[in-house]
Amino acid sequence: MKRGLLFILLFSVAASAQTNQPPAALANTQLRDPALEVKAKALMETLRCVVCQGQSIADSDADMAGDMRALVRGRIAAGESPDSVRAWLVDRYGDYVSYDPPLNAATWPLWIAPFVLLAIGGWIARASFVRRR
Amino acid sequence: MKRVMLWLPLGVFALLFAVVAAGLIRPADRTVRSALVGKPLPDFSLPALVAGKPGLQAATFRRGEPRLLIIFASWCLPCIAEAPQLMRLKAMGVPIEGIAVRDTAAAMQSFLARNGDPYASIGSDRQSSVQLALGSSGVPESFVIDGQGRIVLQHVGDIRADEVDAIAKAVRNAR
Repeated sequence: MKRGLLFILLFSVAASAQTNQPPAALANTQLRDPALEVKAKALMETLRCVVCQGQSIADSDADMAGDMRALVRGRIAAGESPDSVRAWLVDRYGDYVSYDPPLNAATWPLWIAPFVLLAIGGWIARASFVRRR
Repeated sequence: MKRVMLWLPLGVFALLFAVVAAGLIRPADRTVRSALVGKPLPDFSLPALVAGKPGLQAATFRRGEPRLLIIFASWCLPCIAEAPQLMRLKAMGVPIEGIAVRDTAAAMQSFLARNGDPYASIGSDRQSSVQLALGSSGVPESFVIDGQGRIVLQHVGDIRADEVDAIAKAVRNAR
């Protein structure tokens, strides 16, 4: 009985953490123009949800991700370019909100790491081939 | 040379171990902060949510007096925990303005009746658009805005009892 009560309590709390409002009109509805929807979808897949940090806003079911999708679709439908929508969000949340990190002083190791690792691999492979001969 | 190569794997392992251990002992701060701190409040105008309480405009924050802006909602549990601290701040003379995210009039009315009402105004942000424009990543969040409408401080999460004095001081210093 006690355990059952605890169970109910736990789940009632989890349920009330979401809002009772219906989602925004453009949160889960595609744009009428397929070309614009393609642009908006591509952008949504490279924007991070700020409450559910491991997911893009296209993947997340959080209320705030829905509102971010509505914002992206609304601005794309109004004729804004995907780059300018991304820049608007980066101005507010920093580079963190974008899954497409820019090349700068903090991120250059990230960009050159694959080439460095490839070079090391090539060097090891060459050394082992030379030894075999 | 050979000796160095012999110890190299162990060295690499030790380095990796140190990196992982450091991450476990002191996890990185995952708080998403607004990039607008130090910059002017974006322009907005929100309609009223509950009867008898005005909506909120960005212009309110440019009247020369520093104010506390609270992003909150009736469906948010930490907002209930924060309510007594806001009542204390109000009693200390801090002007408090609210932005209610994705909320309804009825739910907000009962929230205010149960938890107290320190708000001079409450704007209704139905699609989180002002919350997104502020670079806020959740509820509750508080922003200290100086008299010219510049954001001087962002507080992520509910204001705890031991943080009230620091917030009040930040508002006083924002003149």
